[in-house]
Amino acid sequence: MKETLQKVNQPVRKKDAMNLLLGKPAYVDDITPQNCLVVKVLRSPHAHAMIEDIDVSDAQKVAGIEAIYTYHDVPQNRFTMAGQTYPEPSPYDRLILDQRVRFVGDAVAIVAGADEKSVDQAMKLIKVKYQVLEAVLDFHQAKDHPVLVHPEDNWKALCPVGADNQRNLCASEYNQDGDVDAVLASCDEVVERTYHTRANQQAMMETFRTYCEIDPFGRLHVISSTQIVFHVRRILAHALNISKSLIHVEKPRIGGGFGAKQTVVAEVYPAFVTWMTKKPSKMIYSRTECQIAGSPRHEMEITVKVGAMKDGTIRAIDVYTLSNTGAFGEHGPTTVGLSGHKSIPLYNNHLEAFRFAYDVVYTNVQAAGAYRGYGATQGIFAVESAVNELAARLGIDAVAIREKNMVQEGQVMSAYYNEMTKSCALNRCMEHAKKLFNWQDKSKVRVMPNGKVRAAGVAMAMQGSGISGVDVGSATIKLNDDGFYALSIGAADMGTGCDTILAQMAAECLECQVDDIIVFGADSDASPYDSGSYASSTTYVTGKAVEKACCQLKENICMIAAQMLECSNDDVEFDGKVVTCLSNHKQVTLHDIATQSMCGNTIATQVTVTHSSPVSPPPFMVGMVEIELDKETGQVDILDYVAVVDCGTVVNPNLARVQTEGGIVQGIGMALYENVQYNDKGAIAENSFMQYKIPTRLDIGKLRVEFESSYEETGPFGAKSIGEIVINTPSPAIAHAIYNATGVWLRDLPMTPEKIAMSLCEE
Amino acid sequence: MEIKINLNGKDIVSTIEPDTLLIDFLRQQGCLSVKRGCDTSNCGLCTVFQDDQPILSCSVLAARAAGHKIVTLEGMQKEAQGFAEFIADQGAEQCGFCNPGMMMNAMALLRENDDPSDEDILNYLAGNLCRCSGYEGQLRGIKNYIAYLKRSGKEDLS
Repeated sequence: MKETLQKVNQPVRKKDAMNLLLGKPAYVDDITPQNCLVVKVLRSPHAHAMIEDIDVSDAQKVAGIEAIYTYHDVPQNRFTMAGQTYPEPSPYDRLILDQRVRFVGDAVAIVAGADEKSVDQAMKLIKVKYQVLEAVLDFHQAKDHPVLVHPEDNWKALCPVGADNQRNLCASEYNQDGDVDAVLASCDEVVERTYHTRANQQAMMETFRTYCEIDPFGRLHVISSTQIVFHVRRILAHALNISKSLIHVEKPRIGGGFGAKQTVVAEVYPAFVTWMTKKPSKMIYSRTECQIAGSPRHEMEITVKVGAMKDGTIRAIDVYTLSNTGAFGEHGPTTVGLSGHKSIPLYNNHLEAFRFAYDVVYTNVQAAGAYRGYGATQGIFAVESAVNELAARLGIDAVAIREKNMVQEGQVMSAYYNEMTKSCALNRCMEHAKKLFNWQDKSKVRVMPNGKVRAAGVAMAMQGSGISGVDVGSATIKLNDDGFYALSIGAADMGTGCDTILAQMAAECLECQVDDIIVFGADSDASPYDSGSYASSTTYVTGKAVEKACCQLKENICMIAAQMLECSNDDVEFDGKVVTCLSNHKQVTLHDIATQSMCGNTIATQVTVTHSSPVSPPPFMVGMVEIELDKETGQVDILDYVAVVDCGTVVNPNLARVQTEGGIVQGIGMALYENVQYNDKGAIAENSFMQYKIPTRLDIGKLRVEFESSYEETGPFGAKSIGEIVINTPSPAIAHAIYNATGVWLRDLPMTPEKIAMSLCEE
Repeated sequence: MEIKINLNGKDIVSTIEPDTLLIDFLRQQGCLSVKRGCDTSNCGLCTVFQDDQPILSCSVLAARAAGHKIVTLEGMQKEAQGFAEFIADQGAEQCGFCNPGMMMNAMALLRENDDPSDEDILNYLAGNLCRCSGYEGQLRGIKNYIAYLKRSGKEDLS
């Protein structure tokens, strides 16, 4: 198959690359009017309080102030901001503004005014009297805590996710295959460890932002930096309690998302202001707001038991995850599932039994959301680390124990909804990584002349490709004058390049140049329905819709041509440029067909196809890292990171490589620097880039990325996903390398120099 | 207050509030390549040239730029075009939001040093954050561009 590909598997330049590099206007704040209402949110200084009284009279007198809204003014129906397919698994636990504030940073009032100065001044003049309540700040204590984060009667869970607001439970579940306890009891070695990951921020460079106006039809027109235009429409309709038909959502270029913009973080505030005032308005989150009132990764504490025989055969894995969803339940019930379902199956080969249970609890801290990896990242840190600890105890090489136990192509994965891996090159990824990295030599610990220690670590990872049976991708492909095509999608390119890779697929099918495909999206009025760009779905799900739509359009093109050539539909052949009648050898060009299609034609030159997949084929990868560790200071430098990825057919080698490099660097940040700590009042210390350290280009060492492709028959041209999996290996691989260098296992992220140095002192 | 600035080669006179930051002034003037990524002078997205030196426009009052020459990416399009091709050929632009600041600072580096080592590049651009690309593709693009400049320089001589 691969040999015949012309446009897919090519390093095509991203369609928007040059304009973005040259700084042309492209993002929400560039393309929307400057003279609109500025919207800001007054935020709670308390982790848990009731608003006893709120006086906005002085604030309203500030010149330029248009409107100030408090909890008295908003609809009283609860909704979720989570961008998920309806009915959302995330509980309906929010109001636009609530009398009860539930974390430091929770919305207290919405202020809209002519400019930033007047709004800032008005915010200072709002007088709020709080009844400060005891807060639930320790997520270990949250379940069945006497203080409830959501005591309200109108809280509701639409799906049976094991939620109970009277127990501070956002979700809970227990599932098992085989007799885990019996198998563990018969194992030679059982390692039981607990791991802790933090509420990391996506830290996309463009903060949350939304512009709203009323269009000539009286509808609410929303231009937002979002991954999910259709979910935004539904969620705003719920929040504002208006008809979905009154809302139009579109996204321009997006300055990064990584899942953050899969939640309706900023949209409700300007939407409410514009709907009430009928005036254009804009909200631009500050970086501080992103850090304290965004939509970060779920903090998790994961306890893993791995049972194995002396020869390294892994027979049982038991995972319990405690997940902290914070003050609201966005993505709470779903992220946690991946912590087991996308970690345990990596060790499928001899697995006899598994158990996976979880509780997701409400607490009075910033609500979590979706962040690249979506729970798998946390679970894989825990399970991969536990396997590394097991290997160390058994005296088996960490690569060897994986080679023995890793999932193989053709196996049914009991912990992955009994799905079969029809495409799995994990074994080849390991083989390739071992050679490229030189595991045999580099895995040996070396003390350098300056006293620093060099050591290596390894980890594997998997993810999914879309949400099986749920995610919907659609594509509309249209033939235009001169024979160029317009591809319309509802998936959102957030910088990853999906507009380009989907155009590559279209060009592959239609046998034309990528430049012959123009791409439009995403717009809730104009695009065909798509769940949105999340869950590693776009290449796999929307890509398949593109492939199918183009095949159908080709048939229609042939029908028009057959009429022109006066032959039957099955007597013609289309090569991308001309249609040839096989019997009379007459030809007609695509240009002429396109022209003819606009005159007296009754055959559609526009085709829409919708696709959904009953399976979610996992991509797989191996990461190997070499570090240099200073035992005196605890400083860790990354020297070399090798990643070998099986994402099925690589649609665009450049973009897949940069995805992988970007994901690894985010993963390095999560592993080593990106901390989230709360003070005793529940306020976050790392509320800016001054404290929240994302990696710079000095922090990353050498990255080497290669691919080992399997062929996924259900994906477009054999492709699976790439976007999320790539963040999953750094934490466990680096923890492993630190152990090899020091003899100490760090189980609490981030693994800062302080923690490393202190743990060496304890030794 | 009234300020006079030479912006992208044009002398302009503008009335501003004294506390206006240069970044906001520039965006008001239509220089939309200038982006804000943080509140703490940490991200490098708002890099522009003041009298040919790269500065963070979020950390300078517009009033302080009065009487100076300010150049944004809008005023560097021709120089930037050739360089941008090399980043685009790596797919390293990704979301693009950090690109203008990185482009400006990289061009500042090349004006100072036409043959920087990898270490020179990484050190000079350390203040330009990017959350998408992992930086490696940007480095490849910059190195390829430098190699191209060297090659074409030699061709010019011969």
